[in-house]
Amino acid sequence: MKIGVIGIGITRFGEIWDRGLRELLLDSQLRALNDAKIVPQQIDAMFTGNMLGDSLSGQVHIGAMATENLNLDKPSIRVEGACASGALALRQGIKAIESGDAEIVMVNGVEKMTDVDTGQVTTALMGAGDEELEGFHGLTFPGLYSLLANAYMHKYPSLTRDILAEVAVKNHFHGARNSYCQFKNEITKETVINSTMVADPLTLFDCSPITDGSATIIIAKEEIAKKMNSEVFITGSGLATDTLSLARRNTLTAIPAGQKAANQAYAQSNITSKDISFAEVHDCFTIAEIMAVEALGFAKEGEAFNLYKNKETYFDSKHPINTSGGLKACGHPVGATGIKQAIEATMQLRGEAKNRQVLNATVGVTHNVGGSGATACVHVFKRLR
Amino acid sequence: MFRESPIIRWRNYSDRYKLSGHKCTKCGANYFEKKGMCVCGNLIFSEMFFSGNGKIVSFTKIHSGPSVFEEQSPYCVAIIDLEEGARITAQIVDCKYDELKIGLGVEAVFRKLYKSGEKGIIHYGTKFRLKL
Repeated sequence: MKIGVIGIGITRFGEIWDRGLRELLLDSQLRALNDAKIVPQQIDAMFTGNMLGDSLSGQVHIGAMATENLNLDKPSIRVEGACASGALALRQGIKAIESGDAEIVMVNGVEKMTDVDTGQVTTALMGAGDEELEGFHGLTFPGLYSLLANAYMHKYPSLTRDILAEVAVKNHFHGARNSYCQFKNEITKETVINSTMVADPLTLFDCSPITDGSATIIIAKEEIAKKMNSEVFITGSGLATDTLSLARRNTLTAIPAGQKAANQAYAQSNITSKDISFAEVHDCFTIAEIMAVEALGFAKEGEAFNLYKNKETYFDSKHPINTSGGLKACGHPVGATGIKQAIEATMQLRGEAKNRQVLNATVGVTHNVGGSGATACVHVFKRLR
Repeated sequence: MFRESPIIRWRNYSDRYKLSGHKCTKCGANYFEKKGMCVCGNLIFSEMFFSGNGKIVSFTKIHSGPSVFEEQSPYCVAIIDLEEGARITAQIVDCKYDELKIGLGVEAVFRKLYKSGEKGIIHYGTKFRLKL
C-alpha cells in the first residue's frame, strides 16, 4: 500500500472558547487545502472523526457539515470509534482510495469539549467504556486506566510511581517545543506526583486534558501524490478490536488490540519495530504510553520502564515517542487526536518539526486507541523521496 | 439523560438485584451480563446465580466521579473474579482504601448506586465488601 499525504492542517489545540465545531473544522480544512495547494472541488470524498458532537454540542451529522463548509456535495461520512475516531477516519479514507472510489480524500478529526462542565465531559467520555458493566458502577475513564495501572504495577513492580511520572515529564518537554500544543510548559516529576489525585494512582498530570481542536489531512492515490511531489506515504494500516469492558479482557497488563494492529501495519509495510524512527502513541494516561510502547515492540511486556529510566524516548534519543507532546501536553480533542498524530508524523518525515525534529527520520508510526483498548488503529508513514 | 431513564436499568434488575448470571449451555462458561455469543460460539444460555464471593483483580479510588456520582466521591471501584468464573466491575464499600489489596476475598452486598436527576429515581445494585 502506498497512499500519499498531500496536505496537512491543524488548529491550535486548547480551550478555544470563541469557536464552535464548525469553525474549528473549517480552520483545519482551509489550512490543509492551502498546504496541498488544491481547490475544494478536487476532493472526491471526506471522512471526519468525531466522538462527542452529540453529547457535548447536540450536533450529529458532522459528515454533511464537513462538505458544507467547503460548498461541496461529495460523499462525506462521520466516523466514530471513541478516542480512535481520527485514525479510523484516516483508515476509511485510505480504503476509499484503495477501492478506486476516490483519488483525493480529505480526512478530518474535530472535537469541541470545553463548552460544558467536567462532570458532563467525564460522563460522555465514559461512553467509550461499557455503560452497563462499568459506567453504571461509577467507573470513569481515568478509573479504567487506573485499574490497568494497578494491575500492571502489581505484576511488574519495576514500573514505579516515579517512572510513570517520567512519561508526562517527557511529553511536556516535547510539548514546550510544539507551537500548536495546549500546554507549552515543561514540568518536573514532583509536579506530576504531587498534583491532585484523579483515580488512584493516576494524578491530574498523569491524565490528558479536555481540549478543543481540529486537524485535517489530505491523502491521494500514489500516482497523483507523486506528481504533486509528496515525500510522505502511508504504507500500512492495521485495525483490531477487543471487549468493551476491562473485566471481559484476557489481560489487564497489556492492550492486545494495539499489538495486533501494529503487527498488521508492520507486515503491510515490510518493517519491524527496529526500522521505526519515531512513534506518536496514545498516551491518554501515562500508563497507556507504557503499554503502547510495549504493543509497538520497543520493549517486551513489563520492560518499558527501562526506556523511561534511561530517558530513551526524547526526540533526540533512541526511541522518540510523542514528539508532538502526546495527548498529555498537546491536548486530546478525542476525534482529532488520530489525525494530529498523522500530521506530526508527516511534519517529522518532511523535516518540518523544527526544535523537536528527529534526525534522519524515515519511518514513523501512529498508534490511536479507543476506550480502554477496545479499538486500536496503527498506521505506518514512510519518507519515500 | 440515559442515566435518568428508569427503563434502561429495569431490564437489568435481575442481574443487579439478585446477582443472576447466564451459563452457556454448551461449554458452561458463566457471564454476569448476557453476552450475545459465548466465546465457544453457542447462543443458548441458562439462568444461574452467583454466590457473591470473589477476589479483587485490580482496584482504584475514583476522586472525580461523573455527574450522578459526584456527591459520593471519593469511592472505590474494583474488578472482581467471582468464584463461579465470571469477572465483573463493582464498587467496594465499608473499608478504608489502604486495606484493599489485589487477591483479597470480597462478598456481595445490596446497595444504592445513585440517584438520578431532579426526578430522583434511585438505582440499586450490587457492591462488594472485604470478607469478614
